[in-house]
This record gives sequence, C-alpha cells and structure tokens, in this order.
Amino acid sequence: MSLLPWIPYVTFAGALLAYVAGSRSARAGRVVALLTALAGLGLALVAAAGFVPGQELQTLVNRAWIPELGIRYHLAVDGISLTLIVLTGVATTAAVLFSWTVADRVGEFFALFLGLIGGVYGVFLSADVFLFFVFYEIAIVPKYFLIALWGSTRREYGAMKLVLYSFAGSGLVLAGVLWTYGSGAAEGFSLGALTAAAARLSPVEGGVVFALVFFGFATLAGLFPLHTWAPTGHVAAPTGVSMLLAGVVMKLGAYGCLRVALPLFPDAFAAWQATLGWLAVAGIVYAGLVALVQDDFKFVIGYSSVSHMGFVMLGLATGEREALGGAVLQMFSHGVIAGLLFAVVGRMVYERTHTRDLTELQALPLHRLLPGAAAIFVVAGLASMGLPGFSGFPSELTILVGAWRHHVPWALAAGFGVLVAGAFTIKVMQRAFFGQLRGAADATRVGHAAEHAPMEPLTLPEKAGATLLIAATVIVGLKPDLLLDWIMPALQSPAFALTLTKGHP
Amino acid sequence: MNELPLLSLLVALPWLGALLLWLWPKAPVRGLAFAFCASTLVLGVIAAAGFDPARTGYQWTERHAWIPSLRIDYHLGLDGMSLLLVLLTGVVSPVALATVLRRVESPRLAALLFLLLQGAALGVFVALDFFPWFICWEFSLVPAFFLIKGWGGAGAGRAAYTFVVTTLAGSAGLLLAFAALYAATGTMNFVDLAQLQAEGRLPGLLTAVGAGVPTLAFVGALVGLAVKAPLFPLHTWMPATYAEAPPGVALFLTAVMSKMGVYGFFRILWVLFPADLRVHADLLLMLALGGAVLGAMAALRQTDLRRMLAYSSLNHVSYCLVALFAAAAGVKGQEVAVEAALSGALVQAFNHGLSASALFVCAAALESRAGGSREFARFGGVRAVAPVLAGMSGVALFSSLGLPGLNGFVGEFLIFRGVFGLAPWAAVVGTVGLLATALFLLTFWQRVFHGPPAGAAAGPFPDLDRGEIAVLLPLCVLMIVLGVAPGLITPWINPLVTGWAATLPMP
Repeated sequence: MSLLPWIPYVTFAGALLAYVAGSRSARAGRVVALLTALAGLGLALVAAAGFVPGQELQTLVNRAWIPELGIRYHLAVDGISLTLIVLTGVATTAAVLFSWTVADRVGEFFALFLGLIGGVYGVFLSADVFLFFVFYEIAIVPKYFLIALWGSTRREYGAMKLVLYSFAGSGLVLAGVLWTYGSGAAEGFSLGALTAAAARLSPVEGGVVFALVFFGFATLAGLFPLHTWAPTGHVAAPTGVSMLLAGVVMKLGAYGCLRVALPLFPDAFAAWQATLGWLAVAGIVYAGLVALVQDDFKFVIGYSSVSHMGFVMLGLATGEREALGGAVLQMFSHGVIAGLLFAVVGRMVYERTHTRDLTELQALPLHRLLPGAAAIFVVAGLASMGLPGFSGFPSELTILVGAWRHHVPWALAAGFGVLVAGAFTIKVMQRAFFGQLRGAADATRVGHAAEHAPMEPLTLPEKAGATLLIAATVIVGLKPDLLLDWIMPALQSPAFALTLTKGHP
Repeated sequence: MNELPLLSLLVALPWLGALLLWLWPKAPVRGLAFAFCASTLVLGVIAAAGFDPARTGYQWTERHAWIPSLRIDYHLGLDGMSLLLVLLTGVVSPVALATVLRRVESPRLAALLFLLLQGAALGVFVALDFFPWFICWEFSLVPAFFLIKGWGGAGAGRAAYTFVVTTLAGSAGLLLAFAALYAATGTMNFVDLAQLQAEGRLPGLLTAVGAGVPTLAFVGALVGLAVKAPLFPLHTWMPATYAEAPPGVALFLTAVMSKMGVYGFFRILWVLFPADLRVHADLLLMLALGGAVLGAMAALRQTDLRRMLAYSSLNHVSYCLVALFAAAAGVKGQEVAVEAALSGALVQAFNHGLSASALFVCAAALESRAGGSREFARFGGVRAVAPVLAGMSGVALFSSLGLPGLNGFVGEFLIFRGVFGLAPWAAVVGTVGLLATALFLLTFWQRVFHGPPAGAAAGPFPDLDRGEIAVLLPLCVLMIVLGVAPGLITPWINPLVTGWAATLPMP
C-alpha cells in the first residue's frame, strides 16, 4: 500500500523530466510522458492488487505540515479513491497516447499535462481538506495554459471561462471550509475534525456552508446550471486535454461533493437534497436535448458529458447507499467513455478531416474512409448510451434504483434521459460516420473536407489508447464487482452513516 | 443441473462463428457461417430430446453468481416456451442467412452481423436473469441496425434509425421497470421475482417503494415489450423497416425478433404483473384487436409487397396478444378456455415464424426477378411461368391464412376457441380481422399469380433455382406436417400452459 503516495511524486517528477526532454526532442518528451503515465497506472494497479477493502480511509502518510493551524500532510485511501486513482491512471495513459501528434512545444505541453495529473492524484489521496484544496488548485492552473496555448475553437475564451468557473467554484469551497474551521472551532483540517466542527454550526449556518461547499465542487462536476464552462471548455481544449477534463477533472468536483460536502453536513444535505436531485435531473435531460440539436461533433460529446455527470449528481442526491456506489461507478465509467468519445472526435476525425461540422461530415462516407474510427465510435457510442455489457449500465441502473427509492419522478425523468442519450448518440453516429456523398450538389458543399481522402489509417498510439479504454469499459461492464467490491465497503464507513440515514430515512 | 452447458453453447456458438469470421480473413465465409448458424437447430433438437415435457419449471438450467454485489446471476434455463422459440430460431436462421447472403458481394461482414443477431435472439429466449437477458435484448439491435442500414433499400438509413430509436424508447421503459423491481426486491432474476409474485409479496414490496410504482413499473415493461412485438399503436416503426431491410433480415425480424416481444409478454408481464394485466385487460385487448383488424385492413390497401407482409405480421402477432390479454382476464370456471388461448398464442408464435419466413423468401424471389421492384402492379400471372414458386408461395399463403390442414390453422383455432369462451365480443371482432386477412392474402395471390403473365412475368422470369427451393422446401414440409400433426409440438407447452392457468389469480 505504501506505493500510492509515490504516484503524485512520480507524476510531478515526470512533468519536470518531460519538460527537459521535450525541449530537446519532441519524441523524447512524448516517451517520458507515456512512461510517467504508465508508471502512475502501474503503481495504481499494484496497489489495487494488494488493496484490502475496508470501511475506513487507510492512512498512507500522516505528518504535521503547518502545526499552528492543525494542517497535516495526510494521504489516505479507501475503495472510492482507489477507483478514481485507477481511472486517472487509465485516462492519463490514453490521453498521452492521443496527444502523440502534439508537435508544438512538446515539453511544455506534457509538463503542464502531467502537472495537472499530479494534482488530480493528490486530490484523490488527500485526507486533509486543506491539502485536498492545495492539490485541487494545482490541478486547475495548468488547464488554462493547456487550452489557451494548444487549443482550437475560441480557445482563449474557452480557457478563461473554464478557469474562472473553476476558481469561483474553489473560492466557494474555500469560503465554506474556512467558515466551518473558524466558526466551529475545528482542531485542524482533517475530515474528522471538520465534521465535528460542522456539527457545531447552527442549522441555518450549516445550510449555507453546505451550499457553498457543495455548489463550489459541483461547478467543476458540471452540475446544471453551473455546467456552462464544460461544453465550451471541452471543445476549445486539445484532444488529450478534453479527455482529461471530462475524464478526470470533472470527477474532482463530484469526488469533492462526496468526500467533503456530504459527510460534513448531513442535516444540510437532507435539507438541500430535493433541490440537488432536481438540478441533477434537469442537467441529464437538458444537456441531452441540447446534444440532440448540435451541429458541432465535439459539442455533442461535450453536452453528453454534462448529461452523464448529471447521473453522478443524481446518485449523490438520492442519499442512498447503492446509488452512491452507482455514482462512483458512473464516475469511472464516464471517465473512460468520455475519454474515448473525445479521442475519436478530436484525434481520429478532426485531425484527418479538419472539420467537426456534422453537416460536412455527413457528406463524407467516413465509415469507408476511416472504418477503424467508425467501429471504435460505435462501441464508444453503445457504451455511452448505457447499453448493458458496458460500464455505464450497472452504474445507471443502480442510480435509477436509488432514484426510485427516493423520489419516483426523478426515476422517470432520468429514464427519459436514458432515452435521449440513446437518441443523440445514434443520431451523431449516423451523421458523423454513416453519411454518403449524394451527388454533385452535396459534393460542392463538402468543400475542403473531401480533399483529404484517402485518409491516414489509425496509428499505433491511437489503436493502443482505444483498446485500453474499451477494455476498461467492457471489463467493468461485465464485472462491475471489481470496483463495487472496493466502493461499497467504503460507503459503509461511519463517515457516511449519518448522511445516509438523514438523506434516506 | 446437467453436465453439458447446452444453453451456453447454444448462445455462444453463433457468436463464436462471428468471432471466427472476424479474426480469420480467409475463412470460407458461407460454409463457416452456415455451420455455426445451423448449430442452433442441432443443439435445439438435442435440448428437445432431453426435455422432459411432464416436468414444469426450467430444464437444462445453468446458474452461477455473476455480480454478487448487485445479486445478479448468470442464469439460463429452458421451459416449453423457450424450447419452442429456440427451435423456431434454429429453423428460421439458416433460411434468413441464406436469404441475406444471396447476391451479396462480400458476404463476410453480413454473415458476421447475422450470427451476432442470431446469438442475441437466442440469449433472450434462454436467459433467466434480467442482466444477461437485457444484454442480449439490447445487443440484438446493433447487428440489426447495421444489417438494415448496410444492405437495405434506398430509405434504409432512415428506417434503421427509426427502428432503433423506437426500440430504445421501449428499452428505457424496461430498464426503469426493472430498476423499480430491484429497488423493491433486491433482485432482477425472473425466477426469484416470479417466486415473490407467487407468494403474493411482489405488489406490496413495489408499493413500499412509492405509491404509483407498481403501475409505473408495469407500464414501463409493457411499453418496452409492446414496441418489440409490436402492439398497436406502437407498430409505426415496422412497415418502413420491413420494407427497407434486406429481405433476409426482415424475415428474421418478423419471424424471431417479434417473438422476443411475445416471449417477454409471457415471461415478464404475465408472470410478474398478473393483477395489472387483469385491470387493463379490456384496453389492451382492444389495442391487440386493433392491431389484428386494422393491420389486416392496412395490408389490404398496400401496393408494396413487403409493406403488405409487414402489416400481415402485425395482424398475426396481434392474435397472440389477443389471446394473452383475453386469458389474463379469465375468471373461475374458464380454465379450459384460458389454457386453449395460451397454447394458441404460443403455437401461433411458432407457426407465424414459419409461414412469415416462407412468405418473405417468396417475396424476395419475386423482387429479385422484377429488378428489385416490390410493387404489385409489376407482377401478374406468375403461376404460369414459375409454377414451383407459385406452389410454395401458395402453401405459405394458405398457412398464413389459416387453412385447416396447414400449421397456421392450429394456432388460430386454439386462440379463437379460447377467446370465444373468455371474451365473445373480442372473438367476434377478431373474426372480422380473419376475414380481412383472408381477403388481402387472396387478393395478393390473385393479382400476382393468376391471370396471363404480365409485368415482370411477361419477360424472362425464371422459376425458383435450387438454392431457393432448398430454403423453401423444408419450411413448406414443416408447415404441412405441423398442420396435420400439431401434437408434435404441443406436448412441450401443455404442462407449462396448465401451470400458467393455475397460477392465474382468478376471482
């Protein structure tokens, strides 16, 4: 188990090394980045193999850091964080593989990229809320540069919007945490100490503070109506970064809600629960309907991310143990599937056709020009629709079960969301990959897109990345127990007990 | 428990065939595909031989823990209804595959997709836990979508999209229903849920989840199954899909996939929601009758061969549902009628599979000889130039029409015997449907086969070739044999149907 703390260290070291290597040779930079990602994944898997599921957070490192304020450098892991650490390893490896064609300032790109990931790993390992917050901020800053410097469509706007939302969100969280710390006279920033302090707040105060923390985190998770940064940010970002944003960064927000907001404020959670559930459901349905009418391929995927994260938030809002487990499973599932979808759109299709306009793509018989990409997108689409056999199914099913138990209209609305997800996925699949040239009138409209046929077949990094992600979603889809056996015991922890009883009497 | 995992093999072999076709580029495509396709019939016959008709409950069962934390099992089993539909799939699949692969340039992908479809359909008929069942149920859409889109007619893209989206809408209903059942009971196993229902605990458990939940779960499952069967008015995806799909796929859709819906009505709705079925029986009966009668009338108005067959399918499958809904409302003293109606529904499901397959093969033969045209107006007097085609079409037509001595009669006879005892008004309305059925089938027969050769038949119009005869002859033989000796299949379902009638909570 003692290997896990090394993952962020190795990743930060890899970031430095990638910077040095990348400034000499682009290839060296990529290789270093890939090795770093693989090292993170490998360490995570080794740790997972030796992991004994249990209720409590298992402490890895616990040292005094700023003793005056009771802040400790406290890393710990349970089944929930381990699931997300494995996800981060998988998503990072795939994202590096799909960033193989980045040619401009490769060293800086991968240094920022790995810096972001180091922060993400740190967040998932932190048991001290202050430390959590530090890592959280480390993960936010590189996003701006990655998007603004290497992005595409309206990249400065997208980057700025994303970072402002992220900072606003984290500002709310910080305010809430400090309020709890000060007003509740906490001994430190450990989860336990803050929980005790939060219990000393008055109910009204608790409600306000919970809202600050929860909505602060939920901004990053893409909870409706705080989601608007997500589609623009995803679209503006370079492929590998879109994969990370949707794949792991949105999970930071959801993880914060689950790890910090829910256990700290059980009463306030119960008071806010109805609002949260309806917002989650609104996000599922609204983002799905918006995805249905998009003309930009990447926006479809961007909105689908918001819709799928709505399921995570719905699972949290039910306050029901099985659905909470489903929410964590959905975080994993969405991280993998969204990564794959963005990879197909951004790397496989856009870099070859130089268009993401579905009207233009419709005029290209991409299933003939790029059969591999078409096949991968079909698989990814099926997974994204929540078809059984893929990881999205057990997670959506358990979340629906929780919704039935908690509030019947949520279940019905989420069921409608499942249907909408099916519709927009098939529609975009049909338009992007199975269009055909319909005579001269269309041929002129194709414009520059057709000139690029025949297209370069899928490269080895693309195939490797896609295989990794598909394997992850199928393995978890067929055997969700692999993760649920870690997740469910952690949700039996006393830390969640009060939230679960208050949330689901 | 048996040593041989027969049912796993049954489902896995077509998929294995597909895998081989994928991994082995130089495979002898047709030979390999037919071998794996025919495995179903062989295993189906073995299962039938080892099947003890006197025993109720499931046979050849396999049950292993799959996802313990969600209490999901890998659970397969076979009862009389499953056996019947597995055998139907076994008989129809080679016919469908042969029709799909006829005149296909590169058969590899088409054969691969078809084998995937076949395996998924079989999985639906033998899976007893919602998880594996739903995997197969949903997965069957994928190969069907691509088969329709890739090898269908001019409007196939749109038809495939409508077909899949409509079916997915139904699937969302099913998913919601089973999420509710799981929320109430903590299991999604058909057998365990049926046990809870038999003990009378299921409605209470569902109500404990929420006030409207039992009804909502019922409606969700109903919609999901009704789209597939289809039950009027959820059939709207069907005419375009059957018309635009390649003939072999349309054949499989109507012969086997529509039976997935009928199967689900029995396996899920009949067993788990008998009270709701009873409450809504009149409404559902009217809808099913609407499908039977309006389907026949719509068929009468079609000028496109395949659209006519599509409405004809709606008409025939609706009779299965008429029987089911009439039986669901049965009261004490009507046990015999209930049993007759239920047996009729199952026999009809099997027989419709045979006759509809034969009709689609004949339609494909006609189309291919008229340059792909499906209009009635392009044909006339075919009997004179192609007597074998006319003869075999005749057998299929008259079977479909319900002529005594052919298989179609048996199911309809049982259904009407049952329904007359249960809901006479429905039987009277249904008879109108029968007349309309007779009318459109005879009109078709007359226009296409009688009179002087006209249209395409006026030009060179070869009779059936050996391949087509090889496909049609076994179907025709079966239709005649089962018409004369329906006792060959009824023993499998009799104990099952008696059991169903006995568990029906009759007031």
